[in-house]
Amino acid sequence: MSNKADVVIVGGGVIGCATAYYLSKKGKSVIVLEGSENIGNGGSSRNGGGVRQSGRDPRELPLAMYGIEKLWPHLSEELGVDCEYHKEGNLRLGKTKKHLDILQGLTDRAVACGLDVRMVDAKEVKEINPFLSDEVIGASWCPTDGHANPMVTTLAYYRKARMQGVRFLTGEKVISLKKVKGRVKKVITENNVYEGDYVLVAAGYESREILATVGVDVPMHQELLECLVTEAEPHMFNQMLGTAEADFYGHQTEHGSFVFGGSSGLELNNKDIGVKNSPSNTSITAPCICRGIMKYFPSLEDAKIVRTWAGYVDTSQDGVPVLGEVDEVPGLIIACAFTGHGFGIAPAVGEQLAMLITDGTTAIDLSPLRYDRFKAKI
Amino acid sequence: MGKVIDRNIDIGPFVPAPDDDMLICRCEEVTKGEIRKAVHDGMWTMTEIRRYLRSGMGLCQGQTCSRLVKGIVARELGVSPADLEPATARSPMRPIEMKIFGCEEVDA
Repeated sequence: MSNKADVVIVGGGVIGCATAYYLSKKGKSVIVLEGSENIGNGGSSRNGGGVRQSGRDPRELPLAMYGIEKLWPHLSEELGVDCEYHKEGNLRLGKTKKHLDILQGLTDRAVACGLDVRMVDAKEVKEINPFLSDEVIGASWCPTDGHANPMVTTLAYYRKARMQGVRFLTGEKVISLKKVKGRVKKVITENNVYEGDYVLVAAGYESREILATVGVDVPMHQELLECLVTEAEPHMFNQMLGTAEADFYGHQTEHGSFVFGGSSGLELNNKDIGVKNSPSNTSITAPCICRGIMKYFPSLEDAKIVRTWAGYVDTSQDGVPVLGEVDEVPGLIIACAFTGHGFGIAPAVGEQLAMLITDGTTAIDLSPLRYDRFKAKI
Repeated sequence: MGKVIDRNIDIGPFVPAPDDDMLICRCEEVTKGEIRKAVHDGMWTMTEIRRYLRSGMGLCQGQTCSRLVKGIVARELGVSPADLEPATARSPMRPIEMKIFGCEEVDA
């Protein structure tokens, strides 16, 4: 098979797979190179499944809103696999006056961007979700937010893209990019050389090392976050949940299990197993998440935890992704530093990047997410 | 590990078999036919199969079925089961109630 394509995508996560799908739908030939042995091995399979707009920065909110309006509602049908998408709202919960102030600030900023989100009082919160503890005194409520199954969605994009002729290689770790006549052209792996008219780097935190080989730096760091899942429980509610203090976030899946994510607060200096790109759980975080959940949902205290896992978030310097073309390296497209928000906006990002590569323009203005926005403080 | 796998190699079409209805993962009720179909959908690793179908994600966490699943996937791909990496085992090893898991001594 040829090692040349219209587009070479570095990274077989949800962003890479979604972009490959939309590009192949537009008739482009695509090669996807995944360094690990599994498709969707990073944050794509390790996140909490949120598909939200509330709480998002105004710079990335248009992408979130676009995806929820145009792409998520028919995604399962389009990909031929049930992605378990539920658009039944997001509650961000508060227990103190200080929490409510935080939520009010988030709500005001989102309303200014045209999002349907509002504050609800203790009584209305309980009407939306009767299982909440009486300690909850208010919340922000965004009825068009929701959640989906991130593992299945990633693999569904992969499956459909593969059916449309996209070439996928796993265990193919990219070492460097190389320019030819001023334009990015070659993608060099441990074993092979690939060539594309365009190269998309969507490799999470590992994008940084790869981009450095053509002189581009994206200021970001890795943060370890952990999740847990319970056994299947009787159906309780369909909303996505978060809290003002970020104690935990999560939802009940279609399967009945509850997926919750959170942190211990010690992540910056956690010791993991010390193997690069092999995130592992610490002994203190899952118990901490459990205590957070039980404060909001006392009735879940008997739910059994069956599994825990960890994943790295590629956190950008200013909390929003880096997306789009690079002036100094024609042909290069960046999509990384998603800061834990990548899954929900993945369909919109994939579709817009495919449009950028094919038509040279996008429906959503990506300029606030440019790679060269980072400036010194003075 | 570290081996380059071309996911577009032709492994032939999915051919229905009389025992496709057999339950392999009892916890999540995944059948042999579903596992075989998933391989033809491109799920070529134990981890991908598990994430796609939920096999081995239930109460026993694959302690009962993972060997069977591995054999089915290997046969469908035409490789030895030894060539397939197992999916990662994840704590806790037995299901444990939230109130017990979360019950550590924490300074006020």
